[in-house]
Amino acid sequence: MARKTEIAVVGAGPAGMAAAIEAGRAGARVIVIDENQRPGGQLFKQIHKFFGSEAHRAGTRGVQIGLDLLREAEEAGVATLLDTVVYGIFSDRCLGLAREHHTEELEADAVILATGASENALAFPGWTLPGVMGAGATQTLIHIHRVLPGKRALMVGAGNVGLIVSYQLLQAGAKVVAVVEGLPAIGGYGVHASKVRRAGVPILTGHTVLRAEGREGVERAVIARVDENWKPIAGTERTLEVDTICLAVGLSPLAELAWMAGCEFRYIPALGGWVPLHDGNMETTRKGIYVAGDLAGIEEASTAMEEGRLAGLAAAQSLGHLTRERGEKKKGEVHKRLAALRMGSFGEGRAISKEQILQARETV
Amino acid sequence: MRIEDHPILGRAERGRRITLTVDGNPVVAFEGEPIAAALLAGGHRVFRYTAKRREPRGLFCALGRCTDCVMTVDGQPNVRTCVTPARDGMIVQTQVGRGKWGGRGGGGKRKG
Ligand SMILES: Cc1cc2nc3c(=O)[nH]c(=O)nc-3n(C[C@H](O)[C@H](O)[C@H](O)COP(=O)(O)OP(=O)(O)OC[C@H]3O[C@@H](n4cnc5c(N)ncnc54)[C@H](O)[C@@H]3O)c2cc1C
Ligand code: FES
Repeated sequence: MARKTEIAVVGAGPAGMAAAIEAGRAGARVIVIDENQRPGGQLFKQIHKFFGSEAHRAGTRGVQIGLDLLREAEEAGVATLLDTVVYGIFSDRCLGLAREHHTEELEADAVILATGASENALAFPGWTLPGVMGAGATQTLIHIHRVLPGKRALMVGAGNVGLIVSYQLLQAGAKVVAVVEGLPAIGGYGVHASKVRRAGVPILTGHTVLRAEGREGVERAVIARVDENWKPIAGTERTLEVDTICLAVGLSPLAELAWMAGCEFRYIPALGGWVPLHDGNMETTRKGIYVAGDLAGIEEASTAMEEGRLAGLAAAQSLGHLTRERGEKKKGEVHKRLAALRMGSFGEGRAISKEQILQARETV
Repeated sequence: MRIEDHPILGRAERGRRITLTVDGNPVVAFEGEPIAAALLAGGHRVFRYTAKRREPRGLFCALGRCTDCVMTVDGQPNVRTCVTPARDGMIVQTQVGRGKWGGRGGGGKRKG
């Protein structure tokens, strides 16, 4: 017989943990499921200080925020099921779990999907050679497993991930030979870029990687300048002696479960591609199925946590654990904080894209 | 290369020191870390060769998603080494193509 719970949260990253904490505090029976042996999602890789306002823990490192979330979840009585993959979602919000060499089912009155994102790849000759890897993979290796994948790295992409991971490679003792960025300008925050530059790493905008060379792994990278159509300009090729090439070319929502549940999607490049439509409660077009965090559009850990809170509150309210008045008041506070996070030259674009999702949801 | 001291994270805390056998040679690992981490720390980058063109592949996503890092572990092919914890005495083999149960050369019958 299937196990039952009131609220099942898939993914124990910042979004899922925040959702579980709010729902648990409201008095709902909550289970968080994650395929890893340890909760926290991407947070434990993030050793840099966060941006934003004080309410958003600016100046705090992701690692610490992760530890706080774990403690709060425990205090809120949230149950966690680790080392467990949610392989499917079936009718009536029944989740298929795979754990310890067997499968089982979990039925929930509400499901909150907070599965995060996966890193985009970039295909060029030699990209399958050992030594070419995701920037996030590099971060996992150096911060969680404390192993350096190489000594001399080329970073592809000068968005926040590319810049932050470049700096983190330096901190861990590797040399970053260059950061290449196809666009004419750096995509990430200026502070991160200047830190990397001050450490002596050239950030080459208008450049791309042409190919990776080597027999049993990366030995060299060939880069070149590109024109405004991303076409390599002949005669500008340069060979860099590197053993590692890190790809930081964006993230895409990890949306399989939302697709499987039959949620409606929209293609919104500014949010990472196909994003499940949701309303102001983070509820998708399927009743009782909510989304939060990178899955609901690629943003940041701070917005992921706020979206998680919204989903957790809304789900708890729908099950009668919060009065309408109290629920609306609490969600109103979260909406205000979210709006504050989506301001400024970097936030505005996301605010507009998020608004697009809400509007599209209304027309479904 | 292992990162022992880190300007922000401090000194590394690792599990018990253990030994894996990788293609017949001993490799130092720490209990509980992914097999892939121990391999990279020991300078191994090629984890498998592809079926048709025998091209080398290594770690790519480190999250258990891409399956580029699969090897034959204790006779079981297609084990994702980036999310499989190292245990003392594991027999790890570079995989060719889809691999074979029992591993190349029939070794590694132990069950982990
Ligand atoms: C290098 C880098 C730097 C960043 N810097 C910042 C920053 O400075 N400030 C900031 O605010 N944000 C930052 N971010 C972004 C931030 O990490 C993400 O936005 C945030 O982690 C998203 O949270 P999430 O909970 O949606 O997903 P995640 O943290 O990815 O968590 C999702 C979890 O769900 C699990 N999961 C997925 N599918 C399943 C399944 N089917 N079954 C079981 N478990 C599953 C995953 O394994 C994972 O543990 C950065 C990200 C990166 C990569
Ligand atoms: S490196 Fe991608 S699954 Fe292991």
